[in-house]
Amino acid sequence: MMKSLLPQSGLRRSSVRGETGRPLGAAGAGADGAAADGGGAGAKAPASSTFWFLLHALCCLISLFLGFRFSRLLFFMLFSTTALYHSATTSSSAAVLRATTTTTTTTTTTTTTTNTFTLSFAAANPPPASLANRTALETAAMVKAGTSGNPQSHVVVGRHGIRIRPWPHPDPVEVMRAHRIMERVQEEQRRWYGVKEARQVLVVTPTYSRAFQALHLTGLLHTLRNVAYPLTWIVVEAGGTTNATAAMLSRSGLTYVHIPFPDRMPSDWADRHATENRMRLHALRVIRERKMDGVVVFADDSNVHTMELFDEVQKVQWMGAVSVGILAHTGAAEQPRLSEEDKQNMPLPVQGPACNSSGHLAGWHTFNSLPFSGKAATVVGEAAPVLPKGLEWAGFVLNSRMLWKDAEGKPDWVKDLDAVGENGEEIENPLTLLNDPSSVEPLGNCGKKVLLWWLRVEARADSKFPKG
Amino acid sequence: MGMTAGWCPAAVVLALAALSCLLLSPVATAAEAAEVAGQAAHRNTERIAGSCILLLSQEHPPAGSAGDVLEDNPVGRLKVFVYDLPSKYNKRIVTKDPRCLNHMFAAEIFMHRFLLSSAVRTLNPKEADWFYTPVYTTCDLTPAGLPLPFKSPRMMRSAIQYLSSKWPFWNKTDGADHFFVVPHDFGACFHYQEEKAIERGILPMLRRATLVQTFGQKNHVCLKEGSITIPPYAPPQKMQAHLIPADTPRSIFVYFRGLFYDNGNDPEGGYYVRGARASLWENFKNNPLFDISTEHPATYYEDMQRAVFCLCPLGWAPWSPRLVEAVVFGCIPVIIADDIVLPFADAIPWEEIGVFVDEEDVPKLDTILTSIPIEDILRKQRLLANPSMKKAMLFPQPAQPRDAFHQILNGLARKLPHSKSVYLQPAEKHLNWTAGPVGDLKPW
Repeated sequence: MMKSLLPQSGLRRSSVRGETGRPLGAAGAGADGAAADGGGAGAKAPASSTFWFLLHALCCLISLFLGFRFSRLLFFMLFSTTALYHSATTSSSAAVLRATTTTTTTTTTTTTTTNTFTLSFAAANPPPASLANRTALETAAMVKAGTSGNPQSHVVVGRHGIRIRPWPHPDPVEVMRAHRIMERVQEEQRRWYGVKEARQVLVVTPTYSRAFQALHLTGLLHTLRNVAYPLTWIVVEAGGTTNATAAMLSRSGLTYVHIPFPDRMPSDWADRHATENRMRLHALRVIRERKMDGVVVFADDSNVHTMELFDEVQKVQWMGAVSVGILAHTGAAEQPRLSEEDKQNMPLPVQGPACNSSGHLAGWHTFNSLPFSGKAATVVGEAAPVLPKGLEWAGFVLNSRMLWKDAEGKPDWVKDLDAVGENGEEIENPLTLLNDPSSVEPLGNCGKKVLLWWLRVEARADSKFPKG
Repeated sequence: MGMTAGWCPAAVVLALAALSCLLLSPVATAAEAAEVAGQAAHRNTERIAGSCILLLSQEHPPAGSAGDVLEDNPVGRLKVFVYDLPSKYNKRIVTKDPRCLNHMFAAEIFMHRFLLSSAVRTLNPKEADWFYTPVYTTCDLTPAGLPLPFKSPRMMRSAIQYLSSKWPFWNKTDGADHFFVVPHDFGACFHYQEEKAIERGILPMLRRATLVQTFGQKNHVCLKEGSITIPPYAPPQKMQAHLIPADTPRSIFVYFRGLFYDNGNDPEGGYYVRGARASLWENFKNNPLFDISTEHPATYYEDMQRAVFCLCPLGWAPWSPRLVEAVVFGCIPVIIADDIVLPFADAIPWEEIGVFVDEEDVPKLDTILTSIPIEDILRKQRLLANPSMKKAMLFPQPAQPRDAFHQILNGLARKLPHSKSVYLQPAEKHLNWTAGPVGDLKPW
């Protein structure tokens, strides 16, 4: 509730009084007026009335010099009897800045009727920052008008100082404590609202030996180490297993399965895609043979994954799809020249499930490669944008029981794995594993959350990864 | 003013101030000692309640139990008669300005609508325990939407005059078995500015009635003993529409959105909120744990659900809708308002749910909050997760069991039966019909 009219009436009234009331005791409000009036009421002897008059005049003159109502200070000291709200005062005057406050609290209490002096004070002062240091204490007027009606209440209406501690900056120890509190709170949240039975995550990664293999694998390794669920990393290496990869895997601290793949990786992008697909199928067959249980995630070594991805995939029943952001990086300094129109019409570079308004799968978003037509890379290591083909495997997750020969509750829209890819046919994407692609579950808030990013960055064929 | 004559009078002032310090210190310490003793009882830092609550159903958010009083059903425990006032006191005002249905004082309108169709309503005034007067005193809005209380006393007075002349029940008790909903800033003092409100005091006609108001501050003129404090109105559908999944991790430590300085009314600071909000800003604007600012983000409700602590400092009056929002969104309210009386304090264990910080401790707020033991924080969150607490803070339409309407009725039921002194003897009269400022006596 904001007020548009505030003590302006009070302010103006008393400020006018303050400004002009000095000269002659035209009854400034408050105790000194009362005292003066009491004295000058005329019922007393003339001597005492002139005394009070002279006293009043003296106070006025002093106030003129000091810039605030000195008389109030005097009368407060002499006549104050009621309990004051906090009255720790530092003996600072108008000119002292707030930086010198040594105690943590410095307050003075005043009421609207004394806003006069604040105004004139402020005029003589550096900006409101020094409000915290005012020391002029006010008299019974404050008590009369200010307290909340009951002398035991310590909450007083009026202008208070703004308490600022000497070093208003965060304390690192407290910051650490706060972070630990938040961690604990989040752990509790996970316990209450999160996944009840965490399933194992089976990560399938096709890889091959090249300059950037160590780079990509290290990144993926660190990502997987941070996953909160039990995990098995199934690495399929083209051209047979290499010692370097084996060493890296054994140092990772993860549970892994290192599978050699007999064929070498070709240098043409199109062929590379096909080989990778075959490698993934090979991994799926291994899962089936060993009857590994869990959620299958296809993590390409060059992709970037978020932690939410692994939380989200726990929700999958049989087969799910997530949105994949596509980063078609050119590798060259210049980006593809897109016309304004192209920029308007270009949708987000996201591949994934599309939902209708009732939250069911209605179709698929794919990457629009038109702006890049003619400029895509064909050979690995070429300085041109690498484009995804259709729907990437990385956007799909499977329940491993779907791959088993016989599993309870396996839906009939799932093809048997043996029937797929036997004849060397191209497996573009996991949808070919299904009879009916419409039963795929859209994950990540119906595909609205991008949970991983697809990126293909490779070095030229002749480069070597720096040692050490 | 004479800055040229600067240092000399400064010296004089210094001397005098030192002198005053010496003189005052005995007075001050005595006063302080008395204060401290009196306040130790309600000095509300964290208190670990040994008995109370808990725990743990195995399922979804294990919520602690909050107190069975919230579960009471008022139906059958009291009867309320609703006066049929002419529509100029209620319906016509709302039709003139329908904004009244959405602002934080809308409880008075919705309470009327609830009572009209409630099971506690009786059409026979002779068997009624409580009498309700539907007069909407907080519906005279400025173009900006802020209510002006200037005509409210006259309106209330006119309504009471009407009903005392038409029905005999007011005169039987001088209003002691009547209740009124006065949700404005300072309740029945009918002013937004605290000094003016204190000066006016509670409207003389309402001195014997029970007031249902949002304002609550201990030892304050405008809080009558026996009043029922209610939460301000917050639109339940709007809050419902902004809920986010409960597993979104709480990653903001302290959250606050609102004014620190009211530049329109108090540009220097120090008057607004007794300088407490300004102190908050000055001390914590550089602190990354404190997400505080004056912006109006579109994701305000969502952000509150991602925060561990939500600050609820007082404003021009001690109460604020932030308290309701914090409770509904599960964010622990940090209440910075000295001597505040919180809604339904006899039913909701505010000490268990929230953190109370004195205004003078605001500079130490970060230390206070980070040193709360983690078990207490988790316990408070469990209690806040209890749906009955959230329900009790809201005024849904249509009314639902255990919501704020029912808590008000519970409060009224707890005050029954009326004591014998409520009924006036033949020649007894308590109310002075001509008391109050002259302006109030003009007809409305």
